[in-house]
Amino acid sequence: MLDILSEPLANGTTIRALAEITVLGIVSGAIGCWIVLYELSYSAESLAHGLFPGLVIAALVGAPLLLGGAIGVLVAAALVVTATRLADESADTAIAVVITALFGAGVLLALSPSSPPGIKELLFGDLLGVTFTDIAVAAGVGAAVLAALWVLHDRLLAVGFDQSSQQSLGVSVTTLNLVLMVLVAVTILVAVQGLGTLLVAAILVGPAAAARQVTRRIGPMMLVSVAVAVASGVAGIYASYHLRTAAGASVVVAMLAFYLLAALTGSLQHRRVPARQ
Amino acid sequence: MASKAAISADRPSSPGTAPGHKPVAGSGDRFAAAQDLAVGYDGTPALSQVDFEILPGARIGLLGPNGGGKTTLFRALTGELRPISGKLEVEATCATVPQTDRTRLDYPVTCLDVATMGALARLAWWRKPGRKDRAMAMESLAMVGLSERARDSFGELSGGQRQRVLIARALTADAQLLLLDEPYTGLDSASASLLDRLIGDLASQGRTVMIATHDVDQARAWDLVLCLNRTQIAFGPPEATLDRGVLEATYGGSIVEIPGQPGYGVLPPHHHSHGGH
Repeated sequence: MLDILSEPLANGTTIRALAEITVLGIVSGAIGCWIVLYELSYSAESLAHGLFPGLVIAALVGAPLLLGGAIGVLVAAALVVTATRLADESADTAIAVVITALFGAGVLLALSPSSPPGIKELLFGDLLGVTFTDIAVAAGVGAAVLAALWVLHDRLLAVGFDQSSQQSLGVSVTTLNLVLMVLVAVTILVAVQGLGTLLVAAILVGPAAAARQVTRRIGPMMLVSVAVAVASGVAGIYASYHLRTAAGASVVVAMLAFYLLAALTGSLQHRRVPARQ
Repeated sequence: MASKAAISADRPSSPGTAPGHKPVAGSGDRFAAAQDLAVGYDGTPALSQVDFEILPGARIGLLGPNGGGKTTLFRALTGELRPISGKLEVEATCATVPQTDRTRLDYPVTCLDVATMGALARLAWWRKPGRKDRAMAMESLAMVGLSERARDSFGELSGGQRQRVLIARALTADAQLLLLDEPYTGLDSASASLLDRLIGDLASQGRTVMIATHDVDQARAWDLVLCLNRTQIAFGPPEATLDRGVLEATYGGSIVEIPGQPGYGVLPPHHHSHGGH
């Protein structure tokens, strides 16, 4: 029985994957709460898809993926802003058009006959291929994101509660929203190597959405969210080892299971304590 | 309640002057003053020709149709909008109390969390509210009669209670000039009379409360009324100010006489559109 738990640990690849997903789970679980509370899930997923051509080009020319992704995010953001302004479209239409076009361009590059093998990992991630350097970079960037979230915690809470009372609360709503978006983009950049452009949104949104079902204050919500993210990450890696399934996809399936469990628990709680008014 | 407030327009001949209202010499303790103020968006005035002086301890009804400039005036007072022309001096700490139906009921905060948010206005952006700020937030909740609900989720409260928590947030910010945006909307009569009493208490502490409302009869009970319809129509004590001519100019002719009752009624707009200004 214990073999099920210890056997994968004899393997350096699995240990590195577990370390990577733990780091990503802690950061994503925490910032995911703000993504859910600020209703940025769609924006987060769009960013993750929009940076895809940047990743592909970086892979093709042999540049660092982090750099390619960063340029990809900036280009995607600039195009979304321009499309919203120029075409007079509603923001979500502009995002949908721009992001789908970018993603298509990325796929076109990725699937050309001359592209090297391994490009597929950019779509679905490569948790089992991470190096110690990858983990160290993720941990460093993650620590910076967590520090920023800690400093801004009370402002984020106040502005998310009530975007209208900005001046009288001494917080600039525009600045704070922008800073949060940058932190989300940075988190996506480090998480996309492990989970890929298609699966990264799951770890940003799933654990926080699950935590919201079963908690009523921001502190517990963050703790539960981080716990769910790390637990489903670890469970997914073990499942992928024993069942020989894809690592990233296994993590996402574990996350979905946690979410369904939380949604069920949450709806049972609501039934027991009917909300006043 | 005898009002300590006295109001004067700077130019007694201007249309905004209430006849027979005594100007006050000196402006040492005034909260705000406007002189031929025009404010708006993108250089286009949404509200112009505003002249008033606001002194401590007054309950001021703010009357006008939707789009008449009530919210624009609030935004100017909080410093969110700068004057296009004319002058606006605000010497008191100002806080907006938004409508409760614009706040989020599913947000993970307690009443104490919301009341504590007021302290952020006084703190530098990297500082967190401390024990003293939370103690002040508890005092604010006591002032609005909700100490015993401090640990409850904000969303569990009734509409009237949520309104009072938002007033507590403004009190934690130590606001002297409170701007209430249609606080009576959706309140039952018991909650409305609690709110009446609270507004009276705040004024007797020397705070000035400006209340945007559609209810002309309610405004007659307060110390002063300010009538806006894209320009300032009138400003002064209600009994001297709210005559048929002023009401027609304020509401654009949608005035009905109620048979057998003194004064005039106003047909409130059926659809309260809260977008835009």
